[in-house]
Amino acid sequence: MIKVEGLTKRYARTVAVDNISFEVAKGQIVGFLGPNGAGKTTTMRVLTCFLPPTAGSATVAGYDVLEHPMQVKRRIGYLPETPPLYPEMEVREYLRFVGRLKRISSADLGRRVDDVTGRCALGDVRSKLISKLSKGYRQRVGLAAAIIHNPDVLILDEPTSGLDPKQIIEIRELLRSLAGEHTIILSTHILSEVEHTCDNVIIINQGKLVAIDTVSNLTNRLRGSESVMVEVEAPGGHPDPTQVQQKLEQAPGVSRVVMKDSKDSRLRFEVESLQGRHIRADLARAVVNSGWGLNELHAAGLSLEDIFLQLTAAEKHSAVPAEAAKGESQQ
Amino acid sequence: MTNALLICRKELRSYFASPIAYAVMAIFALIFGWTFFNASRDFVRFTLLQSQEGGGPISVNDQIIRPLLGFAGTIGLFLIPMITMRVFAEEKRTGTIELLLTSPVSDLEVIVGKWLGALTLYACVLGMSMLNLGLLFLWGKPDLKPTLVGYLGLLLQGGCLLALGTLISTMTKNQIIAGIATFFMALLLWLLSWFTAFDNTVTSQVVNYMSIVTHFENFGKGVLDSKDVIFYLSLTFLCLFLTARSLESLRWRS
Repeated sequence: MIKVEGLTKRYARTVAVDNISFEVAKGQIVGFLGPNGAGKTTTMRVLTCFLPPTAGSATVAGYDVLEHPMQVKRRIGYLPETPPLYPEMEVREYLRFVGRLKRISSADLGRRVDDVTGRCALGDVRSKLISKLSKGYRQRVGLAAAIIHNPDVLILDEPTSGLDPKQIIEIRELLRSLAGEHTIILSTHILSEVEHTCDNVIIINQGKLVAIDTVSNLTNRLRGSESVMVEVEAPGGHPDPTQVQQKLEQAPGVSRVVMKDSKDSRLRFEVESLQGRHIRADLARAVVNSGWGLNELHAAGLSLEDIFLQLTAAEKHSAVPAEAAKGESQQ
Repeated sequence: MTNALLICRKELRSYFASPIAYAVMAIFALIFGWTFFNASRDFVRFTLLQSQEGGGPISVNDQIIRPLLGFAGTIGLFLIPMITMRVFAEEKRTGTIELLLTSPVSDLEVIVGKWLGALTLYACVLGMSMLNLGLLFLWGKPDLKPTLVGYLGLLLQGGCLLALGTLISTMTKNQIIAGIATFFMALLLWLLSWFTAFDNTVTSQVVNYMSIVTHFENFGKGVLDSKDVIFYLSLTFLCLFLTARSLESLRWRS
């Protein structure tokens, strides 16, 4: 549905997007992930024909953004980071205006406006002035306007920024309900959002593509080693931290032991395994055999946050992603 | 064209939802009304004097309507920047320009729509003066045709300056800057005729031709000269064309 090839966008002095290529299939929700200033918004603006690319091409539903912008614009719904609202208009009036702008025939207009007001739960505020609305409602009005012409492709720039947790969940559910018939790209720097809503993730950093994969693959790929939290308690008295640490290090498959915390007679350690080893059983045995009490032992899985940090940090010392890619191909 | 009208309607809605439209119309009505009152009072005194001395009747058109229409154009010079300063600057500041430029409408439709909206408001402003001039038609017998030609001239002149203001409004996010820059550009076009009033070289003739007032003189007299119409229309087209280029460069630069 969306195809981007070698896309580059240069501003006067900076390269905002540097040779990015990716494809998005019909009906998918793709998370566009990156720290602030990574080039997410720029890429989206190219896709929506707001900015022309410096080099490379982008096609939406088979139409090139430079050659057939009108065809692309008809098929795209776009919600910029700040919803483009006219504060002096009423919600209904605004939606009607956007509908007309998107070339909805006057026969369908009323029905479409009612449909999106229902979907985005705007019924209560339909005849309120936009300037009187709260941030959450404004965001929803923006989203309603983006889907009013039932576009094939929906491009959302940080759709949940500035919303409260309840509203975030509502927007997520709305997005999930839209997937399937619509292809959705949403940008965010909040990772849990991607974990919850998206099928695929595209990670970019400093204008360069870092990774494209499904959420689960990405998590697995970087979760090669296991990280375990262990809490040890010595019955009656203070255990010697170095002694415990040594014991843990000697357990098979352990690569690194870091002491996190000590409180009275309890010690907490974070233990990392070697690639592809399961160490929890061995750790338990090592602790119990030494006569200490095992208070707690659980796997501290890598969250998408960790993965993201690993990937984007790796970009700086650029050796690591190559290794990660190698690891991937060997598996 | 439907899209341009759609945008024009939206613009008018914005003007009349904010104080701008009312402020501009009120300022105009006040200044024009006061000048009208003075002009008519002087006219009445003058006619009384004239009849005592046994002179012939004097023309209402020449004595009141013509100078007043010219004066309406001068007030317009101050009001037009207030009308156009927000046209694009506001959309750039709030980000709504992204909605317009990512919708299936061409840049030209957006520009023409916005310009038409501004022109309609300006026509409403000029319409306020009809209330005053209407009194003359109620109690006197002025010629209608030259008056209408005068109004046409005012609209053409206004359309020209509004296009200039629209162009300047695309260049900044700041309404105040857009307004001030428009005012000074318009003032410059206005004053060109003054600079060259006292000599007759080729340069000064050319500069004089560029002035926006020189071309109104004929309209004021009730003479519809194609030369003047073409001047105003071509300047309007030039400004709107440059606006389109400026909007396009916005995409490349921003």
